Amino acid sequence: MPLAPTDEAVPQQRHGLAQSLELFSLKLPFRVKVAAVWLVIGGLLLAGFLKSGFDIAWMGDHAFAIAKAVWVTIAFSVIAISLAVGLALLGAQGRVSRNPIAYGISGFYTSFFRGTPLIVQLFLWYLALPQLALGLLPEQYATWFIWPAQVAGIVGIAFNYGAYMTEIFRSGIEAVPHGQAEAAAALGMSPGQQMRRIILPQATRIVIPATGNEFIAMMKDTALIGLLGTTLFWADPFRMAQLSGKADFRNLEALIAAALVYWGLTAVFSFFQRKLEERMSKGYVRQVKNAA
Amino acid sequence: MSAPIVRVTGLHKSFGSLEVLKGVDMQINAGEVIVVFGRSGSGKSTFLRCINFLEEPTQGTIEVAGRSISAGIPTRFRRKQVQHLRRTCGMVFQQFNLFPHMSVLDNVMEAPRRISTDSAKSVRDHAMSLLADVGLADKAAEYPIRLSGGQQQRVAIARALAMRPQVMLFDEPTSALDPELIHEVLSVMRNLAQDHSTTMIVVTHEMGFAREVATRMCFFHEGRILEQCAPEQMFDGARLPETQRFLNAVM
Repeated sequence: MPLAPTDEAVPQQRHGLAQSLELFSLKLPFRVKVAAVWLVIGGLLLAGFLKSGFDIAWMGDHAFAIAKAVWVTIAFSVIAISLAVGLALLGAQGRVSRNPIAYGISGFYTSFFRGTPLIVQLFLWYLALPQLALGLLPEQYATWFIWPAQVAGIVGIAFNYGAYMTEIFRSGIEAVPHGQAEAAAALGMSPGQQMRRIILPQATRIVIPATGNEFIAMMKDTALIGLLGTTLFWADPFRMAQLSGKADFRNLEALIAAALVYWGLTAVFSFFQRKLEERMSKGYVRQVKNAA
Repeated sequence: MSAPIVRVTGLHKSFGSLEVLKGVDMQINAGEVIVVFGRSGSGKSTFLRCINFLEEPTQGTIEVAGRSISAGIPTRFRRKQVQHLRRTCGMVFQQFNLFPHMSVLDNVMEAPRRISTDSAKSVRDHAMSLLADVGLADKAAEYPIRLSGGQQQRVAIARALAMRPQVMLFDEPTSALDPELIHEVLSVMRNLAQDHSTTMIVVTHEMGFAREVATRMCFFHEGRILEQCAPEQMFDGARLPETQRFLNAVM
C-alpha cells in the first residue's frame, strides 16, 4: 500500500464526504478531537444503557446513598496510607541497612506481601490470624487478634501497600546523591539526622509521583474490604451498591453509580497530586518565579 | 611551640586489595596552610577524607584538637567521637554538595541548629556574617540551584565554617568550576588563611594559590608523602625527579 496517495489515486476534483471531514478535522485542535471521542464513547454507553432498560429514576433515588458512602473509602484510604507510609519508611530503612537483621526482616516482608494476592492477605488477617492467635496464646490475649472486618481490611491493605512502597522509598533514598549524606556527615550530623534532615526530604520529592499512584490504586482496592463482610456502617460505595442493587435487581445502575464515585475520587486526587508535585519542585527549578 | 592541632600517625588505607595510603604521617600546627598535591590516584583525596573519617582508615591514628581516634574499632562503638571530630573539621567538596532543598541560609544554619547549643538568634547572626564574609549575604534566601558554581562553593565554605571548626579541609575545591569562577573561590580561601589564620589542608593543583598562601606543600606519590617543604623551596627546586616532573606538568 502506498504511504502517500499518488496523483492517480486521488483525482484532483473529487470532494467526497471523507475529504470534507478530513479538511474539517485539520482545522480542529487535537484536544477538541479527543474530547469528541470521549463524548462519542459516553453517548454510545448511555444509549446502550437506555436501550437495555437502564432505570435512571432508580439510580437517582439510590445514587446519593451510594455516593455518601465515599467517606468510608476516604477513611479507609487515609488510615491505610498513613500506616503504609510508616511501614514503608521502616521497611526502606531496613532495605538500605547493612544490619543483617533489619535487612532480613524487610526482605522477608516485601517478598511475602508482594508475592501473594491482596485478597488472600485480607482473609489471612481476618480469618487465619485469629486461629493462629487462639492456638498460641491464652484466650484473653488471643482475642486481641480477632478483628472486625474493617480493621483486618485496613491492616491488610496497609501491609500490602507498605511492601510495595518500601521498594519505592528504598529507590528514592538510593537516588539521593551520596555526596549529600557525606556533606551532612562531615558537618558532624548523626546518621539519624542525615536521614531525617537531608536524605528523606530529597527522597520524598523523588517518590511523590509513585506514591501518589500507589494511593490511587489503594483507594480503589479498599473496595475489597467489603468482601470480608463489613457492617452497614462501614459499607463503602461498592458494598452499598451491591446491597441495594441486589435487593431491587438493579445491579447495572448500582454498580455504575459506585464506579462513577471511585472514578470521581481518583480524578480529584490526581488533581491534588499534580499540585503537590509542582510545589515540591522548589529548589529544583531554576526558572524565576516572583518570590512572594 | 604549642602542640600540633592535627596529628596523623601511620595512616594506611586499603580499598579491598588496593592499598591507597601506605603509611602517612603529618603534623599540622594552628594557622598552617598545607597544600597537598600529586597525581590522581596518589592518595591525596583519600588522605583528606581519612582525617574526618569519611573514609575509615585501615590503620593509624588521627588526632584533631587534642582528641585522637585510632583505626580498627567498630564504627558504632565510637560514633560519638567521630561526630565530635567531624565538628572540629570543616570540609569543602569538589562538587559543593549543598543541600538543594534548603535555602542558602538554611544550608549554613543546618548543622549548628541541629547540633550546637547556641540560641537560634546567634546561629542566624553567625550564619549571616559568614555569608557576608564570602560575599553572598544578598543570596541568603535563594536556593542553591539559582547560584553559579563559584557562588555555590562559597556557600559551601560558609556552611563548613558554621560549626566554628579548628581545621578546614578542602578537597579540590575549584576542580569542578569554570575557569572564570575559580578566582572568587580562591580569594575567599586566601582571605580565610591570611585574615583569619584558619588552619587549612587544601588538595589542589592551583599552584599560584599554593605559592602565595601555603605554608607547606606536600607532594603525594603512590600513597606516601614523597616530599614536603615550603612553597619557595618547592618551586625553586624540588629535590626529587618525580616532584619536578609533576610540577613541570601542571605549571
